[in-house]
Amino acid sequence: MKLIRFTKKGLYCIPGKFYLDPWQPVDYAVISHGHADHARWGMKRYLCHHHTKPILQHRINANINIQSLGYNETISINGVNLSFHPAGHIIGSAQIRLEYKGFVLVFTGDYKTTSDNLTSPFQPIKCHEFITESTFGLPIYKWLPDTVLKQQMHDWIATNKSNNRTSVFFGYSLGKAQRIMKMLEGVDDIYVHNAIYALNEAINSTDITLPRTNLITADFNKKAIQNKIVILPPALLGSKMLKRIPNAATAVCSGWMQIRGNRRWRAVDAGFPVSDHADWNGLLSAVKATEAEKVYVTHGSQATFSKYLNEIGILAEEVITEYGEEQMEDVETKVAAT
Amino acid sequence: MKDFVNLINAIEITNKTNAKIQALVDYFTKATDKDKLWLIAIFTGKRPPRPVKTSLLKLWCMEIIKLPEWLFLESYSTVGDLGETLALLLPEPKHHINKTLDAWMQDIIALKAKTDEEKKAYVLNAWSGLNIQERFVFNKLIGGSFRIGVSKKTLVNALAKLSGIDANQLMHSIIGNWDIQTISFQDLVNGEHINYDNSKPYPFCLAYALETNINALGYPNEWQIEYKWDGIRGQVLKRNGEIYIWSRGEELVTGQFPEIETAMRQFKNDFVIDGEILALKDSNVLLFNDLQKRLNRKNISKKLLEEVPIGFYVYDILELNSKDIRDVALEKRRLFLEQLFASTDIPNHIKLSQIIHFETWDALHSIRKNARTINSEGLMLKQKASPYHVGRKKGDWWKWKVDPLTIDVVMIYAQKGSGRRSSKYTDYTFAVKKDDGLVTVAKAYSGLTDKEITEISRWVNKNAIEKFGPVRTVKPELVFEIAFEGIALSNRHKSGVALRFPRIKRWRRDKSIKDIDTIQSVKSLIYAQ
Repeated sequence: MKLIRFTKKGLYCIPGKFYLDPWQPVDYAVISHGHADHARWGMKRYLCHHHTKPILQHRINANINIQSLGYNETISINGVNLSFHPAGHIIGSAQIRLEYKGFVLVFTGDYKTTSDNLTSPFQPIKCHEFITESTFGLPIYKWLPDTVLKQQMHDWIATNKSNNRTSVFFGYSLGKAQRIMKMLEGVDDIYVHNAIYALNEAINSTDITLPRTNLITADFNKKAIQNKIVILPPALLGSKMLKRIPNAATAVCSGWMQIRGNRRWRAVDAGFPVSDHADWNGLLSAVKATEAEKVYVTHGSQATFSKYLNEIGILAEEVITEYGEEQMEDVETKVAAT
Repeated sequence: MKDFVNLINAIEITNKTNAKIQALVDYFTKATDKDKLWLIAIFTGKRPPRPVKTSLLKLWCMEIIKLPEWLFLESYSTVGDLGETLALLLPEPKHHINKTLDAWMQDIIALKAKTDEEKKAYVLNAWSGLNIQERFVFNKLIGGSFRIGVSKKTLVNALAKLSGIDANQLMHSIIGNWDIQTISFQDLVNGEHINYDNSKPYPFCLAYALETNINALGYPNEWQIEYKWDGIRGQVLKRNGEIYIWSRGEELVTGQFPEIETAMRQFKNDFVIDGEILALKDSNVLLFNDLQKRLNRKNISKKLLEEVPIGFYVYDILELNSKDIRDVALEKRRLFLEQLFASTDIPNHIKLSQIIHFETWDALHSIRKNARTINSEGLMLKQKASPYHVGRKKGDWWKWKVDPLTIDVVMIYAQKGSGRRSSKYTDYTFAVKKDDGLVTVAKAYSGLTDKEITEISRWVNKNAIEKFGPVRTVKPELVFEIAFEGIALSNRHKSGVALRFPRIKRWRRDKSIKDIDTIQSVKSLIYAQ
């Protein structure tokens, strides 16, 4: 059964006549989550999860033609049954399940298999074909439990405070920033950049309530934020705004921080490997749980991960897409610059 | 070992020297005397020999994790460091070992004599009792090199901050002869085992780049002109029969250059002289790349001594028979130097820096232009009446370098860097046109901003032809302008030419592969020099 065709515009569902996370303008786009490399502008129609809807309206345009569904809710499009299932990546992120004449395919978008107390936890779904991301598809990536990371971050803030320093965290405006907020909830006042604040408001317009934060404006009061917590998008590393923050101690939160070279490259004071993607074991357990006959591996370590799957007896093939963390960084830069 | 692991983390994450020094001071304040001594030993190359081969460490790790070798290698090429790769791949710890740095080091010394089976049992137990960070440090302690961005100079500056003792004296103390089993930390820092009166150097006098028209310097006969050499500036001290060589970076490098040390014993007088350490073969100055092969080695093989012999070009004299003569005019100091050389039979590789005779400033232009043919990087202009200044002072000394040559090249291979750069593609191989194809002309790895490196790394990821391994062949598409100091015919290189000190000048986004140089146009630069 050929349900999906990999095209230049994106992943095309042949009988359904719609695209999954397309990277060029199309008529009908089903969106896994709100990150800019998966949810792009210029689609005539969008379909996504309820929680992703205000994010897209904020990021793309308030007037886009958009429809949303809850998790496990099924609709039929040209005879294809489509439903969203929690991917655990960021708020509103969904695996997209397609069923056509008894054949089931699941597209993950991005996902993590561990719970973060903020997003609906990942649910494995049995299917015939599975399209998985592979951002951290190497065995060197094994995440520490959230409780351990949380403690490390709390300790770091406490040390900074005793040294009269302000703790500044860098993380993507959508997803990572909210995750950091949740991990640091109750520790101290949290100040966030406008790019993050606006997204928080969009998310708070749904049935989710995020930890309370304060907006840090261009002419912020230095005294008020001294020794507190600040969260900024990565593009503001080395920016004027950062320089104005009194006695800033800087930290990057990202899975890439697992590697010393990456930590040192950023030239920050600390790196916490807090990731919203599945680690090596997470990817493997997710693939195995689907019991899929065929696995397509997209963005990240697609060559390595698919080769390994084939060696352990799971038929796999790599697929080149235009998704990926790094592209998102570009978009973040533009967002943060405004 | 927790404090030591925290220290390594703190040092690694920052690129600010002051933060590194502070972290070292914090460690020195907390650690036991024995651990302090070990820290110094580890960062000055005074460490016990490696008890276990790294190939065995790799083998044992692969037995535990049960992953195919190609996947191990793929992980290694992503991480860029074997000790770290092992630390990340091994399973979570099952227990926790808490020992001082000294206890670990004593274990490692004792391990050397054990059987492979015993070594394996020891290492596996340590691996299962340490977390990722600790495991990484353990692998580094056991596996040899510990390059993490702490120079001897940084270490010495931390000790100076801690003790208030002169940094150069501390440099001599830590490099001098001491045995960790017998010396105390306080005696080491106080320099009980050395005689600093003999090894105390002077600050180097440094020159600024010439920024005005040379005619503005006044009368040509007031200036002493010499060639500028691209080696290591060095200060040689001969006092009371002892010889010390200091580099400009204030490191004591005596042991690295036995040729200089031996030759200096020929002199009857005591002195402190300033000059350039160079790779010198058959009276020709070799490239800095060759000199580099001789640096920071624990042992210098006979083969290397023959391949890259060292020489010393003497520029100046600062002290003669215990008398500081830095305030004497350069002209006079030069006379002292000439007398010193005339009175002694000196081996050929110790030479007085040649004084260039010229009549007019105009004549100097063509001399400067030709400097490249003898591997010199330009001229030094020194006011004959000048004293030997402390540090950099404008006016009396100028360096007047030759303008670099440049060509446009295309990138054909990219490789990840090491250390801080291990996450990005930072080392590139470049080619020019030859007939219908391309031929490699240079490798270069500097001159770009972090932002450009990030962008190029992303491009390499997308445009690489191989999918595995550390080196990526890329589509020949990105064009760069590279600059270099000289060019010579060479039959060791496929292209037939060798470039001297090539580096990236800029990324030419405005150019495509059609615009790059050809091997003919590159070779024509040789004759144009």
